[in-house]
Order: sequence, then structure tokens, then C-alpha cells
Amino acid sequence: MASLRDIKSRITSTKKTSQITKAMQMVSAAKMNRAEMNAKSFVPYMEKIQEVTASIALGSQDANHPMLTSRPVKKTGYLVITSDRGLAGAYNSNIIRTVYQTIQKRHKSTDEYAIIAIGRTGRDFFKKRGMNVILDIVAVSDQPSFTEIKDIASKTVGMYLDETFDELNLYYSHYVSAIQQDVTERKLLPLTDISSTGTLTSYEFEPNAEEILEVLLPQYAESLIYGSLLDSKASEHAARMTAMKNATDNASDLISSLSLVYNRARQAAITQEITEIVGGAAALE
Amino acid sequence: MKTINVNIVTPDGPVYESDVEMVSTKAASGELGILPGHIPMVAPLQIGAVRLKNGGKTDLVAVSGGFIEVKPEKVTILAQSAEQSEEIDVERAKSAKLRAEERLHQQKRENIDFRRAELALQRAMNRINVSERHF
Repeated sequence: MASLRDIKSRITSTKKTSQITKAMQMVSAAKMNRAEMNAKSFVPYMEKIQEVTASIALGSQDANHPMLTSRPVKKTGYLVITSDRGLAGAYNSNIIRTVYQTIQKRHKSTDEYAIIAIGRTGRDFFKKRGMNVILDIVAVSDQPSFTEIKDIASKTVGMYLDETFDELNLYYSHYVSAIQQDVTERKLLPLTDISSTGTLTSYEFEPNAEEILEVLLPQYAESLIYGSLLDSKASEHAARMTAMKNATDNASDLISSLSLVYNRARQAAITQEITEIVGGAAALE
Repeated sequence: MKTINVNIVTPDGPVYESDVEMVSTKAASGELGILPGHIPMVAPLQIGAVRLKNGGKTDLVAVSGGFIEVKPEKVTILAQSAEQSEEIDVERAKSAKLRAEERLHQQKRENIDFRRAELALQRAMNRINVSERHF
């Protein structure tokens, strides 16, 4: 049986750990709220750009743009959004597993795909396995602004345009609620599934539809990427919050069972001492 | 006087919303003025200022990387970044301008970075101009 002092020090260290996890849980909860708000304030922009893109792309027949038409696929791009730090439960491993299995299933050699990694965990995983990571960005802040991501987003869209790859799939964790996040696969390029909820307006184009698509479509794709990033940031903080809550709960369970063991051991020691004193006194008589 | 509802939105959230008498800005193909009742139209915008005239008062908003969508009773400007004149961080714009100028001196013309520095310079100048209301 462990000595009293050993048990005592385990209790103290577990308590300290639980203080840390508790603090991290509260920090994540605050960050999650902020991230959720960011995702919300992005919605009007997304809705509007979707509406305009849809009415141009669907409204005019002569609108032809490489980003709208599919071509034979020689190489596939995978854009994977993960977090920089761990301690977020299964958040990263879920995404990485899905991507890894998909790639293993679909492709035979590294020439057939290219990975663009947002987030350190994903980048390190794929690089370590010698998979073809062509672009990466790490240390995206917790409340990312559009300028932070603009560079990689426009490079990614540019790579589709110069035919580095012929389709682009996006993998991220979609925020459903504080306790549920789903790994989502989304085909980003070519933009084949543009649909509109509102009524289509027929616009005058200045100077013409094609030149507008030239500007609009890359912006649309970039904002899709940004939107997914905001979404996955919210999921990340939610996942971390849940993971830290579980850790705190486990720590308090551990503390209570350790305290029980400690009290029992202390009682045993006292009983033993009394027996010894009584024994000693009896021997003197 | 009749007014038209104007919305300026960026990925980071809405920047401006108000009813105004006239919107004027610089589209890719030239200066553009919009009054209430304009036919539906879409046009890409240059890096520049959007002037929103309302009862003798003019609001200025610096936009970059955007386009304008016009409907008879509503104007929406979608931009990658936009700031109202009083919200511009002038110090930051000035240092961005210096940085861009330095880079322009170093680079050769054909370089992609040259084009980037040029755009950065344009954005910085635009912000400075708008904040000082040089329009």
C-alpha cells in the first residue's frame, strides 16, 4: 500500500492539473462564443455573394469560366483544416483519419493528389508520412481575419486555375453545436453546385458577364474557404471545451477516490498506533 | 428626396448600412453614380472610395477588392476589406505605404511581388486619402 505522503502528493498534483484544465475549459468556452459570433457576422457576406454568383452563373448562358466547368481529373487537391494545438479531444484525429483513408482509397501514388494544410497538426501528420503537401499555413489566430487567410486562399484558387490540380476538396469540422462537430467533405472546385434560394435577378453587367465572373468567382471560392475556417475554429474551441470538461470531471473523480484511500490509510495508521500503545502498556503491567 | 438603401459588407462583418440619396464610386470601367431607381446591375470596383451622399453630408468608405450590386431600391457592396473614413488606422496605412514603396524600389518589374507591392501601395494610398477626405 502506498504511503500516506505518496497519496497526499498525488491528490495535490491531480488538484493542480484539474485547476489547469478547468481554466482551459473556461477559456475555450469564451473563445467558442467569439468564434460563433464571427461565423455569424460572416453569414450576410456569404449569402449575398452566393446570391450574386448564382444569378450571374445561372442567369446568363454565355457565362463560361474554367471555375464553373469540370475537366478530366488528373490530380486532386485536398484542403485540410486542422488546429495548431492539441488537447482538443478527437477533433484533429477525426479530420486527419477521414482525409488519410480517402486518399489511400482513391490514389495509388503521390502524383495523383496534393495537400494544402491549414493548421500545424494536419501539416505535420501528412509531411511525416511523405505525402504531397504543397502549401501550408500555421499559427492562424483564434479569431482569424480575412486578410490572414487571403494569401493562401487566393494561391489555392490560383493553383486550380493554372491546372496544378483539377478538382479541390475541402475537409473541415463543421460546428453543429457545442457538443457536436461533424467532419465535412465539400467539393469546392469546380463550382458545379451553385444554387440560389432567392429569386434570380437579371442584371446589367458592367463591362460584361465574363469579366465580372473573372473577379467574382475567385472571391467566391476564397470566401467559401474563409467561411469553412471560421466554422472549424468554432468546432475546435467547442471540442477543446468538451475535452477539458471531461478532463476536469475525471480529475475530480480521481481526487475523491484518492481521498477515500487516503482517509482509510490514515485511519489504519491511527488504529495501528493505538494498538501499539495499548500493547506496550499491557507489557509493562 | 428619394433615398436608396446601401449596405457595405465584408467577410469580417457589415461595415455600413444607411439610406442615402446618391452613391458614387469608381468601377473597373470608370466612375459610377447611382441614384434611387437604377436598373439592376453588377460591376467590379477599383480600389477606391465610395461616396455616400445624404442631405448635404457625405460619408466616405475606403474599399478594396469589391464589387457593387445594384437593385432599384437597394445597393450592396461586397468588398474584401472596407473601412469608414473615421475608422481608418492612418498610422498603419502610412507604414504600409512606406513598406510598399521600399519593395517597389527593390523589385524588378516582371516580378509577381512587384504587382503585389503595387496593389498594397494603392490600398494604403486609398486609405490615407479617404481618411483625409481628399475626394
